[in-house]
Amino acid sequence: MTNTNDTRPHMPLGLAQRGYTGVIQHLSAREAGSALSDIELESRLIELGFVEGARVEVLHEGLVGRDPIAVRVDSITIAVRRREAMAIIVA
Amino acid sequence: MELPLLHLALVGTPNSGKTSLFNALTGSRQKVANYPGVTVERKEGFFVTPQGRQVSVVDLPGTYSLRGRSPDEEITRDFVLGKASGETVPDLVLCVADSTNLRLTIRLLLELKRTGRPMVLVLNMFDIAARRGITVDVERLAKELGLPVVTSIAVRKGGTADLLKLTDEISARLAAEAEANSWRALSVSELRATQREADRIIADCVSLPARPDTWTARIDAVVLHPVGGLIVLTLILFVMFQAVFAWAQPAMDLLKSGFDAFGEFVQATLPDGLLQSFLQNGVISGVGSVIVFLPQIILIFLFILLLEDFGYMARAAFLMDRIMGGAGLHGRAFIPLLSSFACAIPGIMATRVIDNKRDRLTTILIAPLMTCSARIPVYTLIISAFIPARDVWGFINLQGLVMFGLYVAGITSALVVSFLIKFFMLRDYAPAPFMLELPDYKMPRLKSIAIGIYTRAKMFLVRAGTTIFSMMVLIWFLASFPQPPAGATEPAIDFSLAAMIGKALEPLLAPVGFNWQIAVALIPGMAAREVAVAALGTVYAIEGGKEAAEQIGQVLATKWSLATALSMLAWYIFAPQCASTLAVIRRETGSWTWMAVTFFYMLVLAYAASLLTYNVAVALGAG
Ligand SMILES: Nc1nc2c(ncn2[C@@H]2O[C@H](COP(=O)(O)OP(=O)(O)OP(=O)(O)O)[C@@H](O)[C@H]2O)c(=O)[nH]1
Ligand SMILES: [Mg+2]
Repeated sequence: MTNTNDTRPHMPLGLAQRGYTGVIQHLSAREAGSALSDIELESRLIELGFVEGARVEVLHEGLVGRDPIAVRVDSITIAVRRREAMAIIVA
Repeated sequence: MELPLLHLALVGTPNSGKTSLFNALTGSRQKVANYPGVTVERKEGFFVTPQGRQVSVVDLPGTYSLRGRSPDEEITRDFVLGKASGETVPDLVLCVADSTNLRLTIRLLLELKRTGRPMVLVLNMFDIAARRGITVDVERLAKELGLPVVTSIAVRKGGTADLLKLTDEISARLAAEAEANSWRALSVSELRATQREADRIIADCVSLPARPDTWTARIDAVVLHPVGGLIVLTLILFVMFQAVFAWAQPAMDLLKSGFDAFGEFVQATLPDGLLQSFLQNGVISGVGSVIVFLPQIILIFLFILLLEDFGYMARAAFLMDRIMGGAGLHGRAFIPLLSSFACAIPGIMATRVIDNKRDRLTTILIAPLMTCSARIPVYTLIISAFIPARDVWGFINLQGLVMFGLYVAGITSALVVSFLIKFFMLRDYAPAPFMLELPDYKMPRLKSIAIGIYTRAKMFLVRAGTTIFSMMVLIWFLASFPQPPAGATEPAIDFSLAAMIGKALEPLLAPVGFNWQIAVALIPGMAAREVAVAALGTVYAIEGGKEAAEQIGQVLATKWSLATALSMLAWYIFAPQCASTLAVIRRETGSWTWMAVTFFYMLVLAYAASLLTYNVAVALGAG
């Protein structure tokens, strides 16, 4: 697993399109604007396996506002809303 | 010396097979299904190990951490930490993992280790892992983690043999092992560090082929397609409600003619009198008219169980999240609401997985508006008496279509109520996040479906034999006494207590088109919705005298106007006629207020809907 991927710009997973694959660089809860506190949101994301270095792939998106998204995180699939996915910075 | 009872607890991430393991060990039949958050209660069971040690094992709701974010996770946290009042802390914690997906469980396990409880890691679903070509170096994993590791297949006979053997070995040396509890909520950096540690251990001990479940990917390509997925979901629901009406008919006809024959037999063999009237009018026309609906109830449960076991429920929640969000509902509310089609009680219990208090309360308040299976007898009875059984557009049964319409009316009103709650009560509301694991699909297991249906059918029959039966005895009594004076020419029931009560209430219900017989049926119908059908059966059977050997449906068709029938259907979309649901709302919200709010808002809606339906129908000439 690598944390750095210099060839691609960093972006929040919340902006990724269907089919996007990448590696989590860091979490930044402050930018997400979620109803949860920063610490709570970050804890929950980590508990679902969103940690630095994990491979992610956007498998599916919903109809309304293409939200929520179904994300493959290593070996499991998690559904999250784009709002919370903004806290996950990938490249 | 008799050894003391050994206390085990099953802890693990959601959907890892804890309840399956619990059932395999204890022979229980707790609910198992393929989505996260099935178990929301603590359940204790007992078994004896091969070497004769008595064991108590507790099944707990799944959780990703001990932080306890939602009511179900709090149950697990409190039990593991020994905070639950009057509970002993477990002697041994069985940390149950889905072997195909170890990352989150190993992290949880590292956190659990801090509680100082002796622990075992159970690598469950080992059959699936083997099939996917995942290999685990069990010995090395045990060494890295510093605790025993055992594999298991909870759903296969003998799949827990290794675990039983290990329990015996460990129980011999347990007392020495317990350590002090040093657990406290992990900080973000500690969490991150434990996940890193877990990932390192997994990298060392587990080899994963780069082969995700291709079936799941293929099915999801259709089922989670933004547009196609919603079409599939609508189709599934439509087929479900059509089927309840169309497919159950032959079995229902069979039951019906069985009860008819039985009634005639009673009438022919017993002498005229009270006993004959009690058996024929009270028991057979009353309770029998409810039991006839068993096939429909079984069918609706079959559909829901299949969807649950297959793994579709979490997908439906994903598809509906934003759509329900428009009405102020959380995506996680979808599964509780869909199970409320079977019965609102498990539906309301299932809202424990919703962590946000407001989201949970809204879901609880509208769950009783979902058309539960107890309404099916009422709907079916009235529809088959008043709606012609013809096909529209060649293939859709008109009666099924009306039934579907009633379901849609229930769903729509639930969404409107939820929207109003959000609009008036919770205006400063920021949407709580939706995060849900989508498990791989699994072939539904015949055995667990069969058990699910058996449990439900038994519950329905027991209810028919207890609640409904006792209500029937009461109705029969009220409708039979006092007996008419000698020489009276009117039907005997006109002199009875039931008629007096019904006629006293009639003015209140006349505006919605209900006659006094319906008024009589509605009161015991507060106990359970199906009772109304049975009560109508009894009241009209007694009123009709001997000739009323005919079906209650045919009687209604001659006694009610179409407007009354439609008004009754509208009433039942909303009416809060279920004492057990109200009791569960009171327990789950911990407040009498919310129970009263539910009762009154539903009653008001019921009256308003009936009033409107009746008057519109009369104006259109259906009076
Ligand atoms: N093939 C296979 N399937 C299993 C095994 N154990 C459980 N399952 C299936 O996995 C799914 C989840 O099982 P449950 O026992 O409900 O899981 P749980 O851990 O109690 O889930 P929650 O109560 O939601 O936390 C069900 O569909 C089971 O049939 C196993 O060893 N092998
Ligand atoms: Mg369970």
